[in-house]
Amino acid sequence: MNDRSEGRAGSGWQNIYRDWASDKDAFKQVPWGKAMMWIFLVSDTFVFSSFLIGYMSVRMTTTEPWPVPSEVFALTIAGQSIPLILIAIMTFILISSSGTMAMAVNFGYRRNRVATAVLLLVTALLGASFVGMQAFEWTKLIHEGVRPWGNPMGAPQFGAAFFTITGFHGMHVSIGVLYLLVVAIKVLRGDLDRVGNYQLVEIAGLYWHFVDLVWVFIFAFFYLW
Amino acid sequence: MASSEGQQHPIGLYLKIWALLFVLSTLSYLVDYFHFQGLLRWSLIVVFMLLKAGLIVSIFMHLAWERLAMVYAILLPPLCLLVLMGLMAAEADYVHFSRVLFFGANGG
Repeated sequence: MNDRSEGRAGSGWQNIYRDWASDKDAFKQVPWGKAMMWIFLVSDTFVFSSFLIGYMSVRMTTTEPWPVPSEVFALTIAGQSIPLILIAIMTFILISSSGTMAMAVNFGYRRNRVATAVLLLVTALLGASFVGMQAFEWTKLIHEGVRPWGNPMGAPQFGAAFFTITGFHGMHVSIGVLYLLVVAIKVLRGDLDRVGNYQLVEIAGLYWHFVDLVWVFIFAFFYLW
Repeated sequence: MASSEGQQHPIGLYLKIWALLFVLSTLSYLVDYFHFQGLLRWSLIVVFMLLKAGLIVSIFMHLAWERLAMVYAILLPPLCLLVLMGLMAAEADYVHFSRVLFFGANGG
């Protein structure tokens, strides 16, 4: 098999078994770092899904009524109680950060060093504000008496599920902010121009979009259900 | 290596997907805002969630343009989780029954 046919990004089962049966690398033309990031993200998918399935289990089996998220997470703004408003804002912020991240990757491949770095910094800033709002939300709930072992609103498992799931996600966002700052510094210094490609930005982007993706599921299952 | 330049797509594509994600998020927020209940609520939530997830994975994470050998390596293993989900859901009645039996109605 010559290099040309290996390199062809094809479709269909023929290409799949040819790639997997070639006794070399299965992921042809996929940079090593990108393949490894994907494998990490698949493993992370299992972690988050296990948390969400655990949450599903306790919510289905608890003998007390589950607190209504729409009321628990309501905020009073200008004398009016608006359901879930903070969570909605956090969702929009995270989606926007995903948008700026996608643009950063795009400008990276266009070799636009400054635009890439600025967009990475904007993404990190949006991520940091997300974590800030989450800290606010945690503080509010802790003041209202929500604990991992109980709460005044209903099923005691609510707190355990809430702190585990959002805590783990918030930790991912925080680490992602640091990761993006490191990448932004490397971009600004011109490291990637010296290496000759901007794959590092795309790999960081995969991680960041994944964090956004996990939030989509948390938003749907924990806050809206 | 032809792909050393990576993924090149027009900026407009990302802006469109971004806008679409905003619309879908707003719609799923409105499901809660207007207090839809029951099957309608759950199906709307899941539909909007899957659409958002699909857009992020396929466009933002560029999976739509990756080689199929990698796409399947990424998308197939998580399907195992559906089995775990099914098992836990199937056990739910029994666990609930046990909680009531051993801890009483308020035993959590």
